[in-house]
Amino acid sequence: MATTAAELPLDERLSRIWETRPGLLGALSSVDHKTIGKRYLVTAFVFLILGGVEALVMRVQLAHGALGILSPEEYDQLFTMHGVTMLFLYASPILSGFSNYLWPLMLGSRDMAYPRMNALSYWVFLLSGIFLYSSFLVGHAPDGGWFAYAPLTEELFSPGVDLDFYALGLTFLGISTTVGAVNFIVTLARTRAPGMSLNRLPIFMYGTLTVSVSILFAMPPLTVACIFLFFDRQFGTHFYQAAFGGSPMLWQHLFWIFGHPWVYIVVLPAMGMVSDIIPTFCRRPLVGYTFVALATVSTGLLGFGVWVHHMFATGLPTMTLSFFSAASTIITIPSAVAVFAWLATIWYGRPWFTASFLFMAGFVVLFVIGGVSGVMTAAVPFDWQLTDSYFVVAHLHYVLAGINVFPVIGGIYYWFPKMSGRMLSERLGKWNFWTMFVGLNVLFFPMHILGMLGMPRRVYTYPVGLGWDTWNLVETIGAFLFAVGVLLFIINVAWSRAFGDRAGVNPWNAPSLEWSIPSPPPVYNVAVIPTVASRHPLWEPELIGEQKSRIHEGPTLTDGRETMATTTLDAQPLAVLRMPGDSYWPLLLALSLAAFFYGALLGWWWLIGVGAAATFVSITGWLWPEPPAEEA
Amino acid sequence: MSGAGDVGPVPSGGERGGYELRVTSYELTILRLVTRNSYFVTRLRKLLIGAAAALLLAGCAESPTYMTSSGAAGSREAALGWTLTIISCAVVALVAVLLVWGLARRRESGTGVSEGREGVSWIYYGGVLMPIVVLLFAFTYSTVTLTGLHHPPGEPKVHVEVIGHRWWWEMKYLDGAPEGVFYTANELHIPVGVPVHLDLRSADVIHSFWVPKLAGKTDLAPGSENSMWIEAKEPGVYLGECAEFCGLQHAHMQFRVVAESPRQYAAWLADQRAPARVPSEPDEKRGEQVFANAPCAGCHTIRGTDAEGKVGPDLTHVGSRLTLGAGILPNTPGHMAGWIASSQAIKPGSYMPTIYLKPAELQTLVSYLQSLR
Repeated sequence: MATTAAELPLDERLSRIWETRPGLLGALSSVDHKTIGKRYLVTAFVFLILGGVEALVMRVQLAHGALGILSPEEYDQLFTMHGVTMLFLYASPILSGFSNYLWPLMLGSRDMAYPRMNALSYWVFLLSGIFLYSSFLVGHAPDGGWFAYAPLTEELFSPGVDLDFYALGLTFLGISTTVGAVNFIVTLARTRAPGMSLNRLPIFMYGTLTVSVSILFAMPPLTVACIFLFFDRQFGTHFYQAAFGGSPMLWQHLFWIFGHPWVYIVVLPAMGMVSDIIPTFCRRPLVGYTFVALATVSTGLLGFGVWVHHMFATGLPTMTLSFFSAASTIITIPSAVAVFAWLATIWYGRPWFTASFLFMAGFVVLFVIGGVSGVMTAAVPFDWQLTDSYFVVAHLHYVLAGINVFPVIGGIYYWFPKMSGRMLSERLGKWNFWTMFVGLNVLFFPMHILGMLGMPRRVYTYPVGLGWDTWNLVETIGAFLFAVGVLLFIINVAWSRAFGDRAGVNPWNAPSLEWSIPSPPPVYNVAVIPTVASRHPLWEPELIGEQKSRIHEGPTLTDGRETMATTTLDAQPLAVLRMPGDSYWPLLLALSLAAFFYGALLGWWWLIGVGAAATFVSITGWLWPEPPAEEA
Repeated sequence: MSGAGDVGPVPSGGERGGYELRVTSYELTILRLVTRNSYFVTRLRKLLIGAAAALLLAGCAESPTYMTSSGAAGSREAALGWTLTIISCAVVALVAVLLVWGLARRRESGTGVSEGREGVSWIYYGGVLMPIVVLLFAFTYSTVTLTGLHHPPGEPKVHVEVIGHRWWWEMKYLDGAPEGVFYTANELHIPVGVPVHLDLRSADVIHSFWVPKLAGKTDLAPGSENSMWIEAKEPGVYLGECAEFCGLQHAHMQFRVVAESPRQYAAWLADQRAPARVPSEPDEKRGEQVFANAPCAGCHTIRGTDAEGKVGPDLTHVGSRLTLGAGILPNTPGHMAGWIASSQAIKPGSYMPTIYLKPAELQTLVSYLQSLR
């Protein structure tokens, strides 16, 4: 057996080692980062559509003042779930999907550092999403806003399970986010191809690295806040109840210490994608790579010092307000650095107007609009007018739809050929871009004006005759235009998956390692572990006259599932990592946790016990030493 | 009741009718000359009424915009706001021009990748220097404004405690002797040109006190002792809103600030301090009986009577108020009857229950309440 296996061609041998068992059972056990990455992308996109439909229903209700399409209960549930969905179940997971799929390919690695944790991270994300959405089945979706300010969310004012779904769902989801973040950090530190020192990483990886570190510090405050809330609601503690010595402000501080870094968590990887894609289509390296990398990291750090700008109207002392106003102002500088790096790259490059590039170029404008409106809210006295008005709704949607959704869609146009082996239709793609770009601006720009006309946010209806009706109608029209854009995107993906042009290895003549791998990539990613000699391994012949990076020769590592471990700074070869095989434990662990959280939701102690016991068993099984791998 | 930002009570259809009718009857005379087809005329007439109403509304559409302010604090905030808006627009325009220019400018042909070391100065000047200059200016201006707004321009002569309830506002006038302290609801009367000190308290969840035309917002939170000052520079009726999501009827938690001359204010104060007017007409007297027998007194106070409920708004001078239901309905007998008989249809989830009364009882109750001026 051993001799015949050794005589097989390399790709055959690697495939046998890395392939997942066919069929449903195999699929449930897969730890392949490409499979998990695609699952993340598709699941997050489904949540985008759910959140989008919720938004459309709200826009219909708000098309004119005093409409009665939605009851206040329904509206409150919709706007809460819209926020929860978009921020927790779409914006961050979709970026995890990109990182999951792309990182090992960009790093010249065979998988993430912790493949089974990767699977766990996905299953927990999926199940916590289902957990949150199962609230609709019982007609009690969370209705306290995605920010869930106490004491409104306390049992006294929000009886029922609505807010329990929220507190437990976000705690559950936090496991996924944290596990994923740890995985990205270690993957980046340990599994880069030899020679890929820290100054040769794509900016996208700086984005994801920064946010992964941020997550480790940002998630605990949210988890603590949610557990306190759950205890207040179920066990009679008084963390947020002023009458008993608690403080509603505690919730706000904990929530925003998490919440503001979270804003950067859902945009920095997307900005990183822009920083990598613009140079490809401008056919030149990014201007100021080091500045942009540093800007990314410093934004992540500064992001922890600005949370109070969500609380300028809560009556804090002037000195506190000034400090956080200054911090919120300073955080603009790294963003400005990135903007002028993109502008200069375009200016001194030779743009190739693909659909993907259009999304990136459109993004730059949306980014700046969302940025300057952010600076306006950093000015405390003016923020006293802006905050909780529609102006802030405009600002945050330019940030989230502009800085997250646009790079995501543009990123799919860019990497879809790699993932599927087929090109997306460029013609449809341009229609897609213009519909979404115009739609987004028609939808969100008037919200600035409405805010300035004094319209408060989070209202299920508004009085007619205050000059708000026309702008609201315009927004609703914009919302449907934007939805048409998203529909065009879905049509494009569905059609091109079956009928698109064949992509080839590197259709965009892009510089990074993933474009040296066949499209779609083989299950083992790279036949040989490459050695990297520069920031743009595939552009070396054009930039420095010779191919210095060795892409197609190097260690093959065929003794079981293996990949190369390298040192953190310089990526010198360190060891051969033995990788785990496919496993059911991640799924079982996630299901056990789901049982635990449903038990807590329903107050069924037996189910909590079963979930806890099953969690213990799953972790034990997971950690049980595997027998030494047999040669295939 | 004049000046910018005069939103007054929501105009009712009945009040608008007279004006429309005049317009349309004039148009109608012309139309009758044109055609005898009554169906056509009716359609056209409806169209014209619609158009006139739309024009009227557009004319009256006074939004509570804070970009033009009638308040001492609000006007400084607006000045800062305009400066920031103009800077922001300029920055967006600059980037858009550089982007479009960068995309459109002519280049030597070729598809190869170029090395390109140029362009880093863009980051020095555009990405670092320009923002530092602009932000330093913006931050300085903002901080100067912030410290300037910390104290009112003069010693406040009027002290009011504003208490946020789900979903209405209670105003407690604190000045004068203890027996002169009184409560009113959803309406804050202030003298023009005088700083007014507001203590902001909440009875339940977090609310936020916002009169866009006069000043920015400040939260009312349980356990916190926030305060703010406002000063109206022009007389008028200004719309106030709750700006922090506070549950089901957050959208219907409004109030009015009535800024009037110090003399008018003093007269209003004297009226409000007095106990409720004793009913004189037979209708009103019967209404007082209805009030006493219906569950009203359990929640509402009418000073000088046995009604001492503390759950809902004090109704001692309800007839003098501009609005009903926390600023959402004009205070007319018709709307008051509608509010009492179907509050849950108008404001679902509010703590004002729908009161079932015989039509005659309802009518006398409304007469009584309207008489409490």
